[in-house]
Amino acid sequence: MMASIMRQFLGMLVVIWVVMTAVFMLLHLAPGDPIGIMLGDSVGMDESALRQRFGLDLSLWHQYWAFMGGILKGDWGMSIFYHKPVLELLWARLPATLTLALLAVAIALLIALPLGIIAAVRKNGWQDKLAMMTALVGMSIPGFVLGPILIIVLAVDHGWFPVSGMTAPYAWVLPALTLGTALAAILTRMLRASLLEVLHEDYIRTAKAKGASETRLLLVHGLRNAFLPILTLVGLQLGALLGGAVIIETVFDWPGLGLLLIESINRRDYALVLGAILLITIFYVIVNNLIELAYRWLDPRIRIAGDSA
Amino acid sequence: MIWRSWSFVIIILWISMALFAPFVREIADRIQLETLLLSPFQHAPLGSDELGRPLWARLLAGAQTSAWVALMVVGISASVGTFIGMLSAYIGGWFDHLIRWIIDAFLAFPHLLLAIALAAVLGAGIGNLVLALSIVGWVGYARLARGQTLSLRNRYHVMAARSLAVPRYLVLWRHVLPLLFAPLAIEMTFGIAGAVIAEAGLSFLGLGVQPPQASWGTMIREGARYILTAPHLVLVPGITLMLVILAVNRFGDALRDKLDVRQ
Repeated sequence: MMASIMRQFLGMLVVIWVVMTAVFMLLHLAPGDPIGIMLGDSVGMDESALRQRFGLDLSLWHQYWAFMGGILKGDWGMSIFYHKPVLELLWARLPATLTLALLAVAIALLIALPLGIIAAVRKNGWQDKLAMMTALVGMSIPGFVLGPILIIVLAVDHGWFPVSGMTAPYAWVLPALTLGTALAAILTRMLRASLLEVLHEDYIRTAKAKGASETRLLLVHGLRNAFLPILTLVGLQLGALLGGAVIIETVFDWPGLGLLLIESINRRDYALVLGAILLITIFYVIVNNLIELAYRWLDPRIRIAGDSA
Repeated sequence: MIWRSWSFVIIILWISMALFAPFVREIADRIQLETLLLSPFQHAPLGSDELGRPLWARLLAGAQTSAWVALMVVGISASVGTFIGMLSAYIGGWFDHLIRWIIDAFLAFPHLLLAIALAAVLGAGIGNLVLALSIVGWVGYARLARGQTLSLRNRYHVMAARSLAVPRYLVLWRHVLPLLFAPLAIEMTFGIAGAVIAEAGLSFLGLGVQPPQASWGTMIREGARYILTAPHLVLVPGITLMLVILAVNRFGDALRDKLDVRQ
């Protein structure tokens, strides 16, 4: 067990290194030079002084090591718009995005659990068809369409929720619901498939033969095992969730990392753009690895197989 | 059966809208301040936008953008990805290791985020949008083609061809590629839905298609400013977009059931 955890941890470090290198290359191999992009049309700035300040007069190899070293030491560069360290700015926005993502996962599970279970139990019945159609619609409606529709219906027409921002109470409901809808749809489909598969297993038949009630069969024996693939899926979908958060935060003016990213792109604040991408990606890689660990711990079959391997 | 479903009808409508768009270009781009922000049926059947342009014509122009981007992105990423994936599996050795490594590196990034980063660095515009989405998109096809080729390469007909000294490229082209067709077609269908969402999403963020060129994403972005007074500016392109994605996804599901390929 310990050896496989170490192996996974090392693998994770390699991936993070690759991500850092890729982000570096994104800035330096892209068409146009960063100083030119930063300066844009503004005149009167001393280009060579700026070049020296950001270390762009050094060789690419030197810049690479300076960049990597800086990130490890917590020096992620300065934002040219805010004149503040990038890491400090990102850190201030992180809680808003994490809150939004966690609430979205919670809402998704709240919707997907009953829908998926009903669809599996009433397989091919009208409940199943309705649940699957709902899931398909949920999968197909992008956040920047659902968001404005929810705003029109629930915020403008009924005034139940604020149109944007995060200060009013219940302000999180619409953004989290919008972000969680696609995940809820995918989870519903997965849960149905997973439950249907599990319900054919031998141990379910055994439990049935021993007189377990329908509810107990489903919720205790079935759901517990059907939940494993769901866990992996939440991890895999986290990337989509974080990407989606960029759009949802723009729709609802939610002051998280995603909104900061888009604002920085429009301001050509490249240090902040790359910092945001790096932070979100590292976070994604770490959570995915944690979920894989949790998966191993929850499923004794994998735990044992992993030890003997 | 699949050809007579509602999803297929919507897809045909979408393509027809795109094909018809060049004929209404002039109407779609003409600014008429006297018809500004009119509701549906006041002046034009779907109303008009903040520059007085009729929404139905903008919608057609947007259909053209989305269909073109989807076609290009799926075409480029599917052919490049399939080629690399097949080659990687068939050649094996260090080349396969390298490709697998690159695929894993790409998968470490959240997809949409990588596309946003690329679009930001490359700059806005429809060409860069296609480039950014293709750079992100080929990985899925490469992984699929690699996995399928690995399992196909030990089939009897492939081994027979190899033992008869058929050149590698011919083995791949004639004996492996045709068997990849079913899973690829399904992946490409979902790829179209993904590309339509991504195009509209990036345009919504201001990173894709630039005005005056129409995109459903840009229409929603611009319309969101008038959400209190003219909600149809968001609703018309939004619902159209949703219907197209829904139809393509449904079509993909049906195709998967029909071709009986496991996910």
